[in-house]
Amino acid sequence: MAEVSLRGVRKSYGATEIIHGVSCDIADGELVVVVGPSGCGKSTLLRLVAGLEEISAGEIAIGGKVVNAVEPKDRDIAMVFQNYALYPHMTVRDNMAYGLKIRGLSRPEIEARVKRAAGILQLDAMLDRKPRQLSGGQRQRVAMGRAIVRDPQVFLFDEPLSNLDAQLRVQMRVEIKRLQQSLGTTSIYVTHDQVEAMTLADRLVVMHGGIAEQIGPPLELYERPATVFVAGFIGSPAMNLLPAAVVESGIALADGTLLPLPAEGGGIAAGRPLTLGIRPEHLAAGGDGAALRVTVELAEMLGADTVIHGRLGDGSLLQARLPGAARAHAGDSLPLAVDPGLIHLFDRETGRRI
Amino acid sequence: MQRRVVFRGKTLPYLLVAPQLAVTLVFFFWPAGQAFWLSVHRQDPFGLSSHFVGFANFAAVLADPDYLDAIVRTAFFSLAVTVLVLVPSLLLAVMADRVVKAAAAYKTVLLLPYAVAPAVAGVLWLFLFYPGLGPLAFALRALGIDWNYLLNGGQAMALVIVIAAWKQISYNFLFFLAGLQSIPRSLLEAAAIDGAGGARRFWTIVFPLLSPTAFFLVIVNIVYAFFETFGVIRSVTAGGPGKSTEILVYKVYYDGVVALDLGGSSAQSVILMAIVVALTAVQFRYVERKVHY
Amino acid sequence: MRARAASLGLVPHLILWGGLLLVAFPIYMTFVASSLTPQQILAGMPLLPGSHLLANYRSALFEGVAATSGESVARMLWNTLVMALIIAIGKIAISLLSAYAVVFFRFPLRMIIFWMIFVTLMLPVEVRIVPTYQVVADLGMIDSFAGLTIPLIASATATLLFRQFFLTIPDELVEAAKIDGAGPLRFLVDTVIPLSRTNIAALFVILFIYGWNQFLWPLLVTNSAQMTTIVIGLTRMIGTGDGRTDWDIVMATAILALLPPALVVLLMQRWFVKGLVETEK
Repeated sequence: MAEVSLRGVRKSYGATEIIHGVSCDIADGELVVVVGPSGCGKSTLLRLVAGLEEISAGEIAIGGKVVNAVEPKDRDIAMVFQNYALYPHMTVRDNMAYGLKIRGLSRPEIEARVKRAAGILQLDAMLDRKPRQLSGGQRQRVAMGRAIVRDPQVFLFDEPLSNLDAQLRVQMRVEIKRLQQSLGTTSIYVTHDQVEAMTLADRLVVMHGGIAEQIGPPLELYERPATVFVAGFIGSPAMNLLPAAVVESGIALADGTLLPLPAEGGGIAAGRPLTLGIRPEHLAAGGDGAALRVTVELAEMLGADTVIHGRLGDGSLLQARLPGAARAHAGDSLPLAVDPGLIHLFDRETGRRI
Repeated sequence: MQRRVVFRGKTLPYLLVAPQLAVTLVFFFWPAGQAFWLSVHRQDPFGLSSHFVGFANFAAVLADPDYLDAIVRTAFFSLAVTVLVLVPSLLLAVMADRVVKAAAAYKTVLLLPYAVAPAVAGVLWLFLFYPGLGPLAFALRALGIDWNYLLNGGQAMALVIVIAAWKQISYNFLFFLAGLQSIPRSLLEAAAIDGAGGARRFWTIVFPLLSPTAFFLVIVNIVYAFFETFGVIRSVTAGGPGKSTEILVYKVYYDGVVALDLGGSSAQSVILMAIVVALTAVQFRYVERKVHY
Repeated sequence: MRARAASLGLVPHLILWGGLLLVAFPIYMTFVASSLTPQQILAGMPLLPGSHLLANYRSALFEGVAATSGESVARMLWNTLVMALIIAIGKIAISLLSAYAVVFFRFPLRMIIFWMIFVTLMLPVEVRIVPTYQVVADLGMIDSFAGLTIPLIASATATLLFRQFFLTIPDELVEAAKIDGAGPLRFLVDTVIPLSRTNIAALFVILFIYGWNQFLWPLLVTNSAQMTTIVIGLTRMIGTGDGRTDWDIVMATAILALLPPALVVLLMQRWFVKGLVETEK
């Protein structure tokens, strides 16, 4: 069984701690995506699992075996790098066969595996070419081929699609998901792109400043973000986050707008500083009695929706995503309605969900 | 500077550097140390023992009129070689840069002197100018010049300067050409649009941009003239006639190997070492980052 | 700019031809002389090659000259070839290994060792003539290929060049190799050396020429005529007045002495230029 478990993993460089105790259990065959902004420690975490960096404290286990002190080559893992890391002087075939050759597999076995991987990734025509003769997408597939032939317990992906253009990225994303599902190999995938994360993950790990802010299935993170950071990170355009406080009849925003209290808000003390979150797509065009009113600054017509950038009474920015081609022009006063069930409340100091 | 990703290994790195380190210790540091040691000792007349004399050898060397002459001579020699080589090389490089397409063919021939050993270059030119034998010796005679470098010290010096410069043309030409080719065309075009003519463009744009290269080459040529011209001197004049072409490096050789003055020769070696260090330091400090290709 | 140059048209070419003449003239005249008899040379040199080409070369190669104790130039060519090859290959191999160790490992004394190697840049053989000779003599290496080559084999420039190149190898390549299971030696042989091919070729050209053209060191270290290199042998052939100089043989020998390095430069020009430029950075 190829499950991966991280227990209180810490990493320091000298006196600076980069990763402050991350724990996560990844089930066999699961695709877990570690996502976060630059510098959050996600790549470092991946490299700790790979064994390319030494863990400072905590435990990493692969397939039930603790691998803290085990060399990368003995961890039974394969890695796909952001810059492909293909051996420039070797052909595609030799690139894929290299690791197997070192491990002493027999020629026929190596041939068979390379052929199989090439078939899956449609690289058969390119086996005798060198990396510099291939396009970015092709090189990335060779990098994956190199991982597949190893038939490891775990695949590690380090932002593999970052160097590809947008269209190719979307295409490859789907391919990777399909591949992982058909092979059933446990995979840890690192990216800074939250769309990639949402579409690929069985479960997501959102990292920020060296800690895992939330771990769970994508939809759970979308619907019930545990912290302000996760709320703002997942979903595009980002969730609107506004300072607020509970008052008698509901929740008041800074400019005095009153919103209905959501069900979970019952036990909150009045006056306690809160952050209120509402996703742009959960705002709808309202009638005259609507709770929110914004002055439109900009309306982005995307065809299927319109993203309205507006300002509330006190000047704070609010974005709304309305279906179709909403008729809104700069300077208009637009009423917006919101379902109280879709309002998120966070403690303003700790950022945690209430 | 160090890579981020390295290999683990305790003994392997030492094994890998061992050969180079061994040769370096045995044939560089140990003899250099010996040179220092010898330079502060004097051998007794029978060569059986030696005693510490502090800076006496250095004082003797620096007070020796022959040595002081050699210093002046070497300075003159290296400056003359440097100037004599820079001008034609620059000219040829500018011309080669102009012709662009045919430049490759010219370049090929102009690289030849680099392949010729200094000593062999000496022989080639020695033959040309050999009194009573060489075609150019005849030509000089025909022009009324009493040419005999075997007897005339000034002529001998002139000859070795020409030979040393001849050999360095390839190197200087190559670097000047590379320097010229690295000047963005857009700069020159902008100048042309601004109304600058060919000569003005050269002096106000090309030349200043080329000056790091030129400075670098000056240092290289001086070092070359100091040390790599031993073969030329030895094969053409052997320091003569009457020491008129005895440059410092030749003197170290002569005094140490022929005249067997170990103390004096070692003191000279140490002084030469100091000069190299100074020149190399200058080269690295002021030139290193400024020359780009 | 290029259009303007067309109007100057011939001038650059004239100047360049002037340069070519300056460069080629000595070599050409030597070549012509090597095809004449001594009498023809003494009588005043013609500009075209004569008829004694083969005879002179054969004589030089296989019979030698009194001034060199009758040692044949063929023998000298051989000595020089072996010496140049050992120096070039030796320097490359040793520097490659040292640069690899210094770049790809972290070990105590790393920086000290690197500086020790670097410092040798400031110690050309010319400044340590006598003591180095002494060491070689003490080790019994006089008149041997070992004595001719080993003291010249530790080169700082080659090490610096390789070091510079090795620093440009992407980290991810090293990591991929680690995950593939390659240890440091495997990585060196399977990946680093193949990637260094052009650098090795460039260095080979420069170092071969350097080795072939050595003068001071072989002068000190070889006494026997059998171990003479062609460059030294050539200079010994020129009599200092008391001995007769066989100019026709001397000229033939001179051509033979410069031919191999010239061929290397001509045939491997691209690498030669790269080598010159890279080693001065």
